[in-house]
Amino acid sequence: MSNKTEQVTDAMVTGSGMVTLIRGARLVDPQLNLDAIGDVLIAADGLIEEVDIVEDGGSRISAPDGACVIDGTGKILIPGPIDLHVHLREPGQEYKETILTGTRAAAHGGWVGVCAIPNTEPVADEGATIRNVLDRAAETAYVPVYPYGAITRGQAGKQLAEISDMLDAGAVGFTDDGHGVQNPLMMRRAMEYAKVFDALILAHAEDEQLADGGVVNEGRVATRLGLPGQTGLAESLQVIRDIELARLTGARLHICHVSTKESVAAIRAAKAAGVRVTAEATPHHLVLNENALSYDYDTRLKMAPPLRSEADRKALVAGLVDGTIDAIATDHAPHAKQEKELEFELAKFGTTGLETAIPVLLTDLVATGQVDLPCLVERLSAGPRRVLGLESVLLQPGCVADLTLIDPEATVTVTEDWLVGKSKNSAFIGRELRGAATDVFVEGVRVMADGVVCD
Amino acid sequence: MPSIKSKHLIRIQDLTNDEIYAVLENAATFKEINERPIKKLPTLRGRTIINLFLEPSTRTRSSFELAEKRLSADSLNFSASSSATVKGESLLDTAETFDAMKVDMVVARHKYGGYCNILADHMDAKIVNGGDGIHQHPTQTLLDLFTIYEHFGRIEGLTVGIVGDIYHSRVAGSLAPALASLGATPIFIAPPAYQPDVPEELGAQVAYTLDEVLPELDVVNLLRIQGERAQGLYVPSLREYSALYGMNSHRMNNLMKKDAIILHPGPMNRGVEVTAEVIADPRMLVLDQVNAGVAVRMAVMYMMLGGDGDVE
Repeated sequence: MSNKTEQVTDAMVTGSGMVTLIRGARLVDPQLNLDAIGDVLIAADGLIEEVDIVEDGGSRISAPDGACVIDGTGKILIPGPIDLHVHLREPGQEYKETILTGTRAAAHGGWVGVCAIPNTEPVADEGATIRNVLDRAAETAYVPVYPYGAITRGQAGKQLAEISDMLDAGAVGFTDDGHGVQNPLMMRRAMEYAKVFDALILAHAEDEQLADGGVVNEGRVATRLGLPGQTGLAESLQVIRDIELARLTGARLHICHVSTKESVAAIRAAKAAGVRVTAEATPHHLVLNENALSYDYDTRLKMAPPLRSEADRKALVAGLVDGTIDAIATDHAPHAKQEKELEFELAKFGTTGLETAIPVLLTDLVATGQVDLPCLVERLSAGPRRVLGLESVLLQPGCVADLTLIDPEATVTVTEDWLVGKSKNSAFIGRELRGAATDVFVEGVRVMADGVVCD
Repeated sequence: MPSIKSKHLIRIQDLTNDEIYAVLENAATFKEINERPIKKLPTLRGRTIINLFLEPSTRTRSSFELAEKRLSADSLNFSASSSATVKGESLLDTAETFDAMKVDMVVARHKYGGYCNILADHMDAKIVNGGDGIHQHPTQTLLDLFTIYEHFGRIEGLTVGIVGDIYHSRVAGSLAPALASLGATPIFIAPPAYQPDVPEELGAQVAYTLDEVLPELDVVNLLRIQGERAQGLYVPSLREYSALYGMNSHRMNNLMKKDAIILHPGPMNRGVEVTAEVIADPRMLVLDQVNAGVAVRMAVMYMMLGGDGDVE
């Protein structure tokens, strides 16, 4: 475990050699039950050296000589978020995104780390391909990359991939994301084998036969638009299957991009029964429902799983609040224009999400009173680290300074120009949002400053 | 001559009820003209219309083409085999290419729902939906309505059964909402696998068997059953489908109202959804529908392209 973490962080510069003082920000860390104005001093070794709560306005940490002093007044400082679900597309589909452009978008969105989905070309299904991702990250990435490996060779569902080899190379979990593992016996064997190493299996739950080629949620909108619908059971039945396999095998299971109320209920019950299951939801499933689809057949709203009903969305939010959903992950899925400007049924599934997540969540979940800020921070920062088994990042001395500063009043209009990622297929294009990350620190190194990524 | 307000005819809902009736009235005039020895009118002289058919179609395309010729429009056919889309040209490139050719109207058919909407977003030309995926087929609806209206003298108050694979039917997707809007009662008659996700969204009621509702129907609209969708997954066999939902002499003579009519969008599967005896019966109006199709499409294009002066 520790070996793994070291290999990942080796890729990054340790410490900036720079001392940074963030003054007067609202410090929010639900792990410490902390929500107060304070100062944070980041030492040259990349660790938090001092945290002082300001009782009544006056700053208590004085800036050391040569320190970079950042005025955090009116801003929120949180342990940096980690995105459990990002398609970086490198190697093989660099026209959509690269490790460089994807991690740059991540920094722009306020993330201090991203997990890379292995459905690249070739699929990351052996140690060498995992090492390649980490090597490329060491050369080009703005924030740390935590690679996943495939569960099966080529994600084809026929033969187990070399999980031990990939763990040695630095993989943090295993998924055939892009597809569900269709064969239940294969999933059982994968979990049994993963258990040898206590490795994490991440399930993209989708029964392809039951999904039957559906491209939107089954229901009113599918009927109205004349598009093939996909029942939510295509997901939920496989979630239930995988939960039962996790119960049987004792393996660690994580459910990706949960979208239905039945899945939420199954995960909640499984957790209560002690099954080792965690789950994530995407910003788009948390704030949008199928009614966003209209007669313009906007393919930016085509994703897998599809946007579901309002009842499903509400169940997801309730699951997020009560902890059934451990983490918010974007399922950042960049696609080139020519893959999206197509007939709805032919367009690729997926929306980008790294850069819009925090603004969208603050605007549509926090400002609307559906989720409070500490809960949101928990699901963005602590939750993902818990899922992966990474060390916690706390706003306290001695912890690594992976931190994100958010301006809750910043206004963002989502345009193609504002998005720095390579692909512009955002479900939120055109939205006016309030609240955005302005500064990101990775081990004390400032990778974004005042809303601009530090190149 | 009243025109159509909506720039495009993609969904039947693009027309108001008044516009639907105006189309039917104008179509009646064109239908008379189609009986004359010389059927050609100068109305759309100088207008260019592209028939973009990316899915095989014989009768719909022929019907549009005849309508265009009889109105003196210049028309071009692009079919699936001749079109660049089979060479991998994208929808947008197709749209922009035709737009650059300065065409006035595109009649489009494709196997994907929403195709016409996307075309419309990227073209100056007016778009007429010739059938998009499992979504809609509005001119088929207008000819169905014409046939019903011509026969009964009204649409309001009629009960119309639509029988067959409703889920995959763009015919039903347009006809049911139009009937509901005009005060008729559409009923989808099919087993659950053939029903749409939410039939009420299209304004329709649901029946699982034909015999339970057949005595109430004024119009029985039989949809074509596609063989590959009637062999095991949706219904067990064409034989069993025919036994439960096929229109045969027994049903026509014993269960159906005496003054009810039977429609079919074609092409028919003789012996599956309809028997030869039924096809030969005067209450089966499939050829009236085909006849009305040309007139209705002339009316639509005339009203959308703002033909000047009187039809006469």
